[in-house]
Amino acid sequence: MIGPLAPKLTLARAVGAISRRRGGGGTSAPGKALLTLAPDAIATLGERLARGSVVISATNGKTTTAAMAAAILSGDGTRLVHNRAGANMAGGIASTLLDAARPRGEIAGELGLFEVDELWLGRLVEQLRPRAIVLGNLFRDQLDRYGELDTIAERWAQTTSSGAGAAARLVLNADDPVLADIGRTRTRPSEPARTGIGAAGAADGRPAEPGDSRPAKPGHVGRDVIYFGVQDDSLALSGLAHAADAKHCRNCGAPYVFDAIYLGHLGRYHCAACGQARPEPSVSAREVRLEGVRAARFTLCTPQGEAEVRLALPGLYNVYNALAAAALACALEVPLARIVAGLQGTQAAFGRAETLTLEEPVRRELRILLVKNPAGANEVLRTLALEPGEHDVLGVLNDEIADGRDVSWIWDADFELLAGRVRRATCSGTRAAELAMRLKYAGVPSERIRVEPELASALDAAAADRVSSTVFAAPARAGAETSAPAATAASSRAPSPADAPPPLYALPTYTAMLALRDLLAARRGGAHRSALP
Amino acid sequence: MSTLRVCALYPDLMNIYADRGNLLMLRCRCQWRGLGFRLSASGLGEPLDGDAHDLFYIGGGQDRDQRLCAEDLLMRKRDGLHAAAARGALVLGICGGYQLLGRSYQLGPGEELPGVGLLDVATVRIDGERPAPRLIGNVAIEVDFGERVLAGFENHGGRTRLGPEQQALGRVLKGYGNDGHSGLEGARSGGVIGTYLHGPLLPKNAWFADWLIATALGRDVAELAPLDDELEGEAHRGALRVAGV
Repeated sequence: MIGPLAPKLTLARAVGAISRRRGGGGTSAPGKALLTLAPDAIATLGERLARGSVVISATNGKTTTAAMAAAILSGDGTRLVHNRAGANMAGGIASTLLDAARPRGEIAGELGLFEVDELWLGRLVEQLRPRAIVLGNLFRDQLDRYGELDTIAERWAQTTSSGAGAAARLVLNADDPVLADIGRTRTRPSEPARTGIGAAGAADGRPAEPGDSRPAKPGHVGRDVIYFGVQDDSLALSGLAHAADAKHCRNCGAPYVFDAIYLGHLGRYHCAACGQARPEPSVSAREVRLEGVRAARFTLCTPQGEAEVRLALPGLYNVYNALAAAALACALEVPLARIVAGLQGTQAAFGRAETLTLEEPVRRELRILLVKNPAGANEVLRTLALEPGEHDVLGVLNDEIADGRDVSWIWDADFELLAGRVRRATCSGTRAAELAMRLKYAGVPSERIRVEPELASALDAAAADRVSSTVFAAPARAGAETSAPAATAASSRAPSPADAPPPLYALPTYTAMLALRDLLAARRGGAHRSALP
Repeated sequence: MSTLRVCALYPDLMNIYADRGNLLMLRCRCQWRGLGFRLSASGLGEPLDGDAHDLFYIGGGQDRDQRLCAEDLLMRKRDGLHAAAARGALVLGICGGYQLLGRSYQLGPGEELPGVGLLDVATVRIDGERPAPRLIGNVAIEVDFGERVLAGFENHGGRTRLGPEQQALGRVLKGYGNDGHSGLEGARSGGVIGTYLHGPLLPKNAWFADWLIATALGRDVAELAPLDDELEGEAHRGALRVAGV
């Protein structure tokens, strides 16, 4: 670095403050300013973390996984430097480090915990030189920004096999075939280099290294990879999700045989042609019990032993997030009791299964379930479908850059899960009409669908539904035969004053979630604004 | 009762951009009118009966998936598709599917996937020596049939050039189209249509879904029973608006 860092930190803070006051830049502004002044600032400040840092990447669940890891790792008083607001590109991480930097050059924290954007992983790993890298999953997400999934997989494979990435412990989801491959084919400086995925041994139809899929000692394999996964066939789905992204063996191209599918393309799989199989996870969830939109329980199995966990977060996707955080904690040698306490103490991250209270027109819960890509949306829809009865739903589809300009993904998400389960759907956002159409073609009768692009009006209309009308008459119309709108016991009962109105479920995309929280904050009289990462 | 018989090619591989939205549109809009709808699939290693379907659909895929499909398409399905097109069946190729309907798709130096040659187009993935930047964004084109305007989203690395006699599908109103500078989008030879308006093209253009249904059944669009298309109209106008038309 050219020149001392301290004055640059001061200047970057000032620039960031001005930029924020003008209403631009958000969380990342000071960090971006700092990187302009000192391009190596992340590496320089990162080196001052006494216990190093760990990074977490995934297309789905980064923020929640990092929140769980933070709860676990801070359980013994460890001071973390953590980009908890989710600003996960270079600017956001530089801002986080800048916030923690003190005038004399020390840093107010021992361990860095960073969620990292998929495309930024390579560059940030080189800068941060992390002790561990967690890769949670790889689903199709914002293809308009990220290009093809295979491109990201190739980049991740390079990142974890070369430079600073090769020195880190890897924590991988065994149930995602693409990620298991990254662990299997990882080369490290101490090992002979191999050329490409499955380069050896394919000719005789055998796996490149049959032993790879079964680490000799659970929890520690030669390539320093820790795998996590689900072990519960009672959760298995009947088939691959339509939008499954890894259906063919990356070693030989033959279709995988899925012995169990848990979520999207996550499951227990093997290749009948070349023998490539899911690695045995050393950190796993057994006996998973999903409790609607509220909670999930499972038995956490680790090399340290087993324990019961009750998450205050719903859905199998959060069980996966918990496994990723637990496996990371095992890699850092955190005792099991503290892992369990951290997981159980984690509350919903910003907009992820968060519950707020509406005051108008009646007191009513608003549950916010962020949806942003098919895999995430499917899990939200699956979780929502566990709740009995028919629901009032507020869907908000925006097409800002942070949402993805391309809204095609809604046609990959299984909104069919809501057919017959919607009492009233209000569609809002910049692409409200296409979302409404998606629901109609999923089998929700058009009489139950309302389009109100403007968010405040949409919220008012949706919130008032349960109050202003009783059960909707739903005359069967041509073409709606798949919806089977049989009124359930819960919704056909006339509402009595003693009945608290059931919750309104909001399914917003990312910028819509921020806008919704701002709107609610403004109505509560606070001038609080969500910071855009 | 007439039945629309649709064959989806490689539905488990060539589906990267929610291509099922297109098939869902066709199914619902047939069923709501009391028309039959039958969807079949023809995947890797499976034969293709060119006489058994009225509309053949091939969606978009990643380069990796296209490599898997290209050879199979040529070896097992080329003759059936040519026979189908010759007797007037519709063939709709979207994004990666469009590229494979052409003569060739050059992925990089020394790697060229052969196409089935139903359209006289050639696609290259490179710009000089380097991979060309992807062309990404909302797009609107003008065509010379039906209700004239199609709206959609494009996201493709390939640059497609039309042969001298090849007709384009339409003229670019906003967006990039085949190569970002010719002002042309897609290609059409009778009932064979290729376009970069990817994934759920039909949900953004319900009129085009009806045009396909009617044409595949040998009817005029005006003969189809009208549907309540209020949401469909709003979605179409919304897609045009974000494209800047």
